Amino acid sequence: MVNTLWLALVTLGIVYGILAGNVSQVTAAIFGSAELAVQIILGMVGVMGFWLGLAKVAESSGLLEIAIKIFRPLVCWIFPSVPSRHPALGSILLNLTANFLGLGNAATPFGLRAMRQLQSLNPRSDEATDAMCTFLAINTSGLTLIPTMVIAVRAAQGSQSPTEIIGVTLLTTLTATTVALLVDWLFRSNGRSY
Amino acid sequence: MFSIMVVAASQWFIPIFFLLLIMHAYYRKVKVLEIFTEGAKEALTLAATLFPFLLGMLVAIGILRASGFLDLIGQGLGPVLKIFGVPAEVLPMALLRPISGSASLGVLTSLLHEYGPDSLIGRIASTMQGGTETTLYVLAIYFGSVGINRYRHALWVGIIADLTAFFTAVWLCRLVFG
Repeated sequence: MVNTLWLALVTLGIVYGILAGNVSQVTAAIFGSAELAVQIILGMVGVMGFWLGLAKVAESSGLLEIAIKIFRPLVCWIFPSVPSRHPALGSILLNLTANFLGLGNAATPFGLRAMRQLQSLNPRSDEATDAMCTFLAINTSGLTLIPTMVIAVRAAQGSQSPTEIIGVTLLTTLTATTVALLVDWLFRSNGRSY
Repeated sequence: MFSIMVVAASQWFIPIFFLLLIMHAYYRKVKVLEIFTEGAKEALTLAATLFPFLLGMLVAIGILRASGFLDLIGQGLGPVLKIFGVPAEVLPMALLRPISGSASLGVLTSLLHEYGPDSLIGRIASTMQGGTETTLYVLAIYFGSVGINRYRHALWVGIIADLTAFFTAVWLCRLVFG
């Protein structure tokens, strides 16, 4: 998928560049972009290091457990088709909380475990259940408290205020997640349910 | 008033969050600096993993921009996008964000480089990147891991969420920074 996309972008660019007579600019762009990649990566290491350090501290001080206590009732309410004592709810909680706190590396294994546990409740093994769709609705809309990677890239580009986008980003992701949950609920209440 | 509050909250958030976090960790008897450095070390590995993808994507997007193709799209769709207040420059961002995280990170980087991180375009692109996830990648990984190939409405929900995020990003940035 990404391979095809990359191939398409490069081919389109070079062919159009030749047709439009911009070949020299294309050549310059290849080397300019390669150099930019190094600048950005080096510029990002510092800020990413700070976030990953904080994330580790948050993990070892048990912040995840505190956040889970707060989110539990909400998650039970969003997933009515999962029995309230089922272990899948625990994995979903861990995944969503880790994502929310920006612990992306920690989040994925919890998420995959949640999918396996939800699959055990699935009567048709090749088709998504309601709970899976709801779970991925939240995951694909990217509910995150701090967009660490974006802040790092902005800092690497010499922004006056790399963090100024935190507020609007949080409002954006909250809106997207709310809409995703509403649309998911509409699909669910108008379709088959299992 | 709203925009002053959002900007101020963004400025205050990090120091306050940092302070509360390490105070709580200290209270829980965590060796704060030791653990912090352990996490910070991972940044080098992360940068090394990310570098080849960012390089590949930046080169592809650099070629596309220099060839004049992005300008062509901008000229074609610009007037339509203008009705919704969307700058044509962020269109590649909106198109690639749901498909590939590294591609949209590449577009973000090149937009920030071209127009500056503190320009309206830079802020909108930053918000788009941070405000949503790589829908197709998430669906493929999660459903793929349990062998599900009928996604039902999950794909539509993801795409509607992406569209919502893009328009919200544009309108909020105009409102707050405009």
